[in-house]
Amino acid sequence: MTSIQASQGSPYARILSIASAVPSRVVDNAEMCTYIDSSDEWIQQRTGIVERRWVGEGEDAESLSLDCGGRAIERAGLTPEDIDAVIVSTISQFVQTPGLAPIVAAKLGTAGAAAFDISAACAGFSYGLAQAEALVRSGAAHHVLVIGVETLSKVTDLEDRSTAFLFADGAGAAVVGPSDTNGIGPVVWGSDGNQADAIFMTQSLQEVAATGTPSWLHMHGQPVFRWATTAIADAARRALAAAGLTPDQLDVFAPHQANNRITDAMLRHLKLPDTVKVARTVKYYGNNSAASIPMALDAMLQSGEASSGDTALIIGFGAGLVYAGQVIRLP
Amino acid sequence: MATTEEIRTQLAELVNDVAGVPVEDVQLDKSFTEDLDVDSLAMVEIIVGCEEKFGVSIPDEDSKQLKTVGDAVAYIESHQ
Repeated sequence: MTSIQASQGSPYARILSIASAVPSRVVDNAEMCTYIDSSDEWIQQRTGIVERRWVGEGEDAESLSLDCGGRAIERAGLTPEDIDAVIVSTISQFVQTPGLAPIVAAKLGTAGAAAFDISAACAGFSYGLAQAEALVRSGAAHHVLVIGVETLSKVTDLEDRSTAFLFADGAGAAVVGPSDTNGIGPVVWGSDGNQADAIFMTQSLQEVAATGTPSWLHMHGQPVFRWATTAIADAARRALAAAGLTPDQLDVFAPHQANNRITDAMLRHLKLPDTVKVARTVKYYGNNSAASIPMALDAMLQSGEASSGDTALIIGFGAGLVYAGQVIRLP
Repeated sequence: MATTEEIRTQLAELVNDVAGVPVEDVQLDKSFTEDLDVDSLAMVEIIVGCEEKFGVSIPDEDSKQLKTVGDAVAYIESHQ
């Protein structure tokens, strides 16, 4: 019988670099309260958000992706030709096809890298990272660029006072490559499509065409809060255990930056020691969905709050509902 | 089976832990939102905490009816 050769991968994968693109427009709570009937105090008390970032003139999901993707490749000490797969997680590519990833792969100058988008909402970065790790270890790719990018401001309903202050824009990228030691722990992931109506678009694209009115991103906050602070806090605990780490061996905790109150509740559940540095970028960035984790990690690395070699527990969770978390070693 | 007072005491500790309300303020006649300044997110955490602490299940449609500390204690007592 003719044998078919199998691909040969690396025994381990790790994150070689992280970069982020922070949009230029700052929307503080005072400006937000010109759109919705709310107050700075109310928003801060319920979310920890002081201000958020929206795309400004000339910025969109593509430009943010090119910005952080290009810098992530540089920081990894690679050239675009070294990248053989590009995964973009976004809900902000506002056509069904083509995906954003092939456009980004071409404009970055890759040599025709494999490229595809994934739709895993706020869990998108962890979903993409899990796939990148598997691609490198299987040999299907050697260097994978993972980008989480969102322009949620384009689907934010400024007449919905329960969500308008949350959503924001931004992008973050990581390059995943082969390694002699393991840098990405087992992914703990899953979904609950029974709660598909918890975070949703108000209209389908066909309905938009028929009605001529926009489709907005809406959310039922309380069931999502309940899910995040129970099931997702438990998934975070399992991701830590799956990597073989005890809480005292963890340096950084970077959950999806949805709301500081969710982060606080997770910390109570996880009982992490005070020495663990906790991502809080939601305060200045807002909720950037798939981009929030790499944006938070890059901010912590650039400020010196986190260091190269640190262990970090990341977990994304959002519309689907879907979630994914893993322990990583910071580049 | 925990008594009314035992449930109130444990609930007071929970409310204190989640929302920082002094335990002595958590009395049966107090409204969570009006008197104790517990917001909707903290209320979710208190409900989840009650489920874990007292081994009861409190679905969302029932939790909306629990306006006062006394409502919550009575619910827990009758569902234990």
